Amino acid sequence: MEFEAVIGLEVHAQLLTKSKIFCGCSTQFGSTPNSQTCPVCLGMPGVLPVLNRKVVDFAIMLGLATNSTINKNSYFARKNYFYPDLPKGYQISQYELPICSNGHLIIKTKDGEKKIGITRIHMEEDAGKLIHEGTYSLVDLNRTGTPLLEIVSEPDMRSPEEAVAYLKELRQILLYLGICDGNMEEGSFRCDANVSVRKKGDNKLGIKTELKNINSFRFIQRALEYEIERQIDIIESGNTIIQETRLFDSSKGITIPMRSKEEAHDYRYFPEPDLMPVFIDDAHIENIKNFLPELPYQKILRFREQYGLPEYDIDILTNEKEVADFYEKCLSLYNNPKALSNFFMTELLKELNERKCKIGDTKLNAENIVEIFKLLDEQKLNYNGAKALLPKIIDTGKSPSILLEEMGLMQISDTSTLESVIIEVLKSNKKELKEYLSGKDKLFAFFVGQVMKKTGGKANPKILQELLKEKLAKISIDDVDNL
Amino acid sequence: MAEINKDLVKYIAALARLEFDEEELDDFTEKFKNILDYVEQLKELNVDNVAPTYHINFNYNAMREDEVRESLEISQVLRNAPDKKEGFFKVPRVLE
Repeated sequence: MEFEAVIGLEVHAQLLTKSKIFCGCSTQFGSTPNSQTCPVCLGMPGVLPVLNRKVVDFAIMLGLATNSTINKNSYFARKNYFYPDLPKGYQISQYELPICSNGHLIIKTKDGEKKIGITRIHMEEDAGKLIHEGTYSLVDLNRTGTPLLEIVSEPDMRSPEEAVAYLKELRQILLYLGICDGNMEEGSFRCDANVSVRKKGDNKLGIKTELKNINSFRFIQRALEYEIERQIDIIESGNTIIQETRLFDSSKGITIPMRSKEEAHDYRYFPEPDLMPVFIDDAHIENIKNFLPELPYQKILRFREQYGLPEYDIDILTNEKEVADFYEKCLSLYNNPKALSNFFMTELLKELNERKCKIGDTKLNAENIVEIFKLLDEQKLNYNGAKALLPKIIDTGKSPSILLEEMGLMQISDTSTLESVIIEVLKSNKKELKEYLSGKDKLFAFFVGQVMKKTGGKANPKILQELLKEKLAKISIDDVDNL
Repeated sequence: MAEINKDLVKYIAALARLEFDEEELDDFTEKFKNILDYVEQLKELNVDNVAPTYHINFNYNAMREDEVRESLEISQVLRNAPDKKEGFFKVPRVLE
C-alpha cells in the first residue's frame, strides 16, 4: 500500500526589537539570569502591559511578504496554563482575529514550484528558560516577554524535503526583512511539526502527532522521516496512531512521546482585558509596503533578468541578503557579472565559511575585491595569486596592490625569465620529456605544473603555456639527451 | 453548553491547581449553575447583526515605542522567591 505524509508547520520567530513586547526590558541574548526582568514580565499583580509598536509593524511586514491579509482589527487573548517558565500563569497571545491570515509562500520542489498556504500569523510573548538539575529546576525569566511571531502553515507539505524547503524560504524572508536573526541554535527560529500519514488518494486526514522544538534543518528532516516511517509501520500492522506530542532525540535519531504528567491541553482562551484592540488603517499598511525591502523571490527574478546568471549562481548569491548586496556593490564598480559570481562562489564564500563569519564581520570592502580583478586584467596578478591574496584582504583590509608587493605575488610575465625556468624544468625531467615527445600529450600539464612550482605559482599562465608550446615544438626526441 | 456537574467543577479546579473537599465541590457546582443560568438569559436576545464584543473599552492602539528601560535589580527580582540559586528561581523539578 502506498502512503503519503501530510505535514503542517508552526514556526516561532523571535523578533529583533530592542525591548520586550509588553515592557521596556532588554531582549539581549545571553545576559546574567533574571537581569532583564521587571514587574510586568515577572507577572506581578496589578501591572499593565503596553504593546511595543515595532512588533505590530514587524508582523505587518511579514504578512505583506507572505501575501497575507492584514486584519485591520485584531485582539490579544490569554492562553492559560501553568508552567514554571510562565510567571503569569497565562501567555498573552492572539487567538481569534490574529493580525495576519490567509497567506502563502512558494517553495521549489523536485516537481517544480509549489504553493504552501499560511493559515495565520500572530503576535505573542515568549516564555522563560528552564535548566533542569537533579531534583530541581532553575528558572531564568530574561526571555519572558520577548516578542514572537507564530507562523502557522496549512497542512500542505507532503514530504520532509518540502517541509525543509518551506522553513528555509520562511527563514530567508525573515532575514531579508531584518526582523528576526534566524538563529536556530539560540532558539530565535523554532519549529513544531504536525505530521500524519494516509493512503495515497484518501482525502481524509490521518491522526496526527506533534513534534516539538527541533533546532536544525537536518534534525527536522530526520525527525519527520522517522515519524512518517513509524506511523506507516503502526498502520500497516493494523494498529492506530495515538494523538500525542513527541520529542526528537537527535542522538538516537528517533521520536519519543513527551512525558506529560498533566491533563489534556485546555487553554481556556479569553480576550486579554489589559490590552487595547489593535486597529491598523490602510495608510499605515501602505506606508510599510513602501518601505519593504526587496524580497528573496523578487531579487532572484531581478538577478535573472538583469545579470543573466545561471540559476545555480543566483541561488547562492541571493541566499543571504548581505552577500547579494555586496555582490551588487562590487558589480557597480566592475561590470562583469559572471566573473564576479565565479569568484564569489569558489573563493570568497569559501573563505567566509571557513572563518564562520559574515562579510560585515571582516575588513572586506567592494573596492578591494574589484582591485583584484583590475590586477588580473592588467596581468600583474594571476588567479593563484588572487587566491593567495584574498585571505589577507579579508583579515587586514589592506589594498590588493599593497599586499601584492608585500607578499611578492607580482605575476611573472617576463618571457626571458619564464624561458629559463622552462629550460631548467625540461632538463631535469628528461624521462617525461621523452614520453611527451613520443605522443603522451597529457604531460603538457605536468610541465606547466613544474614551472608554476618553481616560480612559486607566480608565472603568467597564458604566457607560460605559449612559451612552453613553442619550446616543445622545437625539440626532437634525439635532442633530449644533449639538452 | 456542557452540563455543570461535580466532575466538571473538579476538572476546572484541577486546571486552576485548586483542591476542594466534597462539601465545597457541591457548593461550587450549585453556584456555577446559578451563574451560568443567569448568563443564559442573554440567549433570549437576537444578536444576528451584532459584532462580538472582544473588548469593553472603545479605545484602541495604546502602544509604546521600542525603547529599553531599566530592569529591576536581581536582588529585587528574587526578593519574594521562596527558593533561589545563583540568580535563578529554584523550583521543584519539572519534566520535559
